[in-house]
Amino acid sequence: MNRKQKKMLVRIVVSAALLLAALLLPLPLWARCVLYAASYIVVGWDILRKAALGIGNRQMFDENFLMAVATLGAIALALYEGSGDFTEAVAVMLFYQIGELFQNIAVGRSRRSISALMDIRPDYANIEDGGALVQVDPEEVAVGSVIVVQPGERIPLDGFIVEGASTVSTAALTGESLPRDVQAGDEVVSGCINLTGVLRVQTTRAYGDSTVARILELVENSSSRKSRSENFISRFARVYTPAVVFGALALALLPPLVRLAFGMDALWGAWCYRALTFLVISCPCALVISIPLSFFAGIGGASREGILVKGSNYLETLSQVKTVVFDKTGTITRGVFEVSGIHHSELPDEQLIEYAALAECASSHPISQSLRRCYGREPDRSRVRDIEERSGRGVLATVDGVRVAAGNDKLMTELGVPFTPCRSAGTVIHIALDGEYAGHILISDVEKDDVREALTALRAAGVTKTVMLIGDAESAARQVAERVGIDEYHSGLLPADKVALVEQMLEAPGRSGKLAFVGDGINDAPVLTRADLGIAMGALGSDAAIEAADVVLMDDDPMKISRAIAIARKCLRIVYENIVFALAVKFGCLLLGALGLAGMWAAIFADVGVMVLAVLNAMRALNTKKL
Amino acid sequence: MKKSYKIEVDCANCANLMEQAAKKTPGVADATVSFMALKMTVDFAEGADPAKVMKDVLKACRKVEPDCEIFF
Repeated sequence: MNRKQKKMLVRIVVSAALLLAALLLPLPLWARCVLYAASYIVVGWDILRKAALGIGNRQMFDENFLMAVATLGAIALALYEGSGDFTEAVAVMLFYQIGELFQNIAVGRSRRSISALMDIRPDYANIEDGGALVQVDPEEVAVGSVIVVQPGERIPLDGFIVEGASTVSTAALTGESLPRDVQAGDEVVSGCINLTGVLRVQTTRAYGDSTVARILELVENSSSRKSRSENFISRFARVYTPAVVFGALALALLPPLVRLAFGMDALWGAWCYRALTFLVISCPCALVISIPLSFFAGIGGASREGILVKGSNYLETLSQVKTVVFDKTGTITRGVFEVSGIHHSELPDEQLIEYAALAECASSHPISQSLRRCYGREPDRSRVRDIEERSGRGVLATVDGVRVAAGNDKLMTELGVPFTPCRSAGTVIHIALDGEYAGHILISDVEKDDVREALTALRAAGVTKTVMLIGDAESAARQVAERVGIDEYHSGLLPADKVALVEQMLEAPGRSGKLAFVGDGINDAPVLTRADLGIAMGALGSDAAIEAADVVLMDDDPMKISRAIAIARKCLRIVYENIVFALAVKFGCLLLGALGLAGMWAAIFADVGVMVLAVLNAMRALNTKKL
Repeated sequence: MKKSYKIEVDCANCANLMEQAAKKTPGVADATVSFMALKMTVDFAEGADPAKVMKDVLKACRKVEPDCEIFF
């Protein structure tokens, strides 16, 4: 509890004691009245003050004004009827304040627990100054400085390791609990926790551009992008309060006048009381608070799993996704090309790879890089002579005195070497040694292990159609599609075709639900923005992806898509529960109040009770464990 | 130009009212208030002086919620 809340608590306790004294002590009427008045003023003076200020500012319909009118009205009624029983007026004010205090504490607490989830902000960076470590503000560290990260500390800035080896945990960023081994030369991302060894990191970015700062900014701004439900509630709140006030006015005036017209007793007192009950229920706070709180909790829960949602509106869209379109590279496949097969080779596989890697040693093409990765050693360039690159075809070189030709079908045709074409998907490198065909190496983008499970999980989460966009040729596309079990695929696409295709799908007649596009954020930004919802995968360290997408998955685990949808669904379910529940109780109370079946006591309990339950319900959105 | 400010406000509906008030202030193109993050994001109109506009925003907000605070 903060100071404001403690002060309020003291006021409530004092007021309650005064009220009890007035009720229980055998005092003369005037003394009881003094106690009532004291109790009322102690607990409600700020409400009265704000109500008066509100009138001055022509803000007639705020809750302070309404509470003031309701309680003062009840006091006036007690005086008019001469009962001298002010308990109700004082108690209503007291309970209202208790409710406000409770709400304040609950909201403060949820705000803190959600912020704690997202607390990846590094407090300091260690800089070595003449042998001693000095802690400085990460914002003051210049790009290119060397910082020291000790075990247990959070890496404050993006950079690469110049010295030391350790394991780092990315759990706070990606939700991935398995720590990663890093050593000198590796890049490290701010926000990760250094677990075992001391690291010296040369920073590559200032704090403001570092991953951690960007993520924090994104999450903090997420609640300013409001969802349709939130906008609905704030519009509703604007209409609701005045409507209830006019309803109260009508309730106070119309029935007694009608009764008078029919020659009955007007019963002014009873109808005024019912009207005042209306005013107590007129505060829309339970609704207004629980909806943004649910979204805030949902976004917080998702970010703990490494799923960043950029706004409540996107969480809402995410919950309605029925079609998921994948851009193959980086989502279904790793986006890393690897040697996936060696066919028709008479030589041992390693030897063929060695020839290929050496022949390609001068090239920086991704294909030659994957050959070198497969080779596993740094190629010894002294063994290679007479390298001749043939653009778009391949490479000729002399390795250990053998004339090696490594390239595609065209190169083989050009050299007049008969070759065996490959039926598998991917890039084929034929090898010819001294003009003799020696087999081919297949290089392809490797599929992720759990794509199939991820697609099944997506269907379980309510997605009805999965589509894959792929740049490869038809045969390769079909193989991939069959292997992972995707519903539909479109092959041979250029980046521009992808936008057109997604637009076509968006405009397809009879489409229900929303369309999400999943990409790796590299050169698919236009599609990410064009789809109903853009999801970028494997975004840790990729600025373009964080920029373009609406939902950012920090790692590249395809299972996260269905989890994100499940989290969004749960959050939205809670939102609707709260809307329906709060409205039902409010309207129920209004009806009972109008009929005279519910008094002010019931009204204030309904008001405060609904709010407390709605806040507690909203906090469920934070729990994403069991989804 | 967009800027965000820390705010202090006690009730959710008041935060909504503050948002309305801020939106209507001259020099403000758009404004959003997040009660959960206790943050007000103001998109200033072309050529507006943020410091001056924020004074008016605070004044307008004080009218709807006397106890609110905007830190700028």
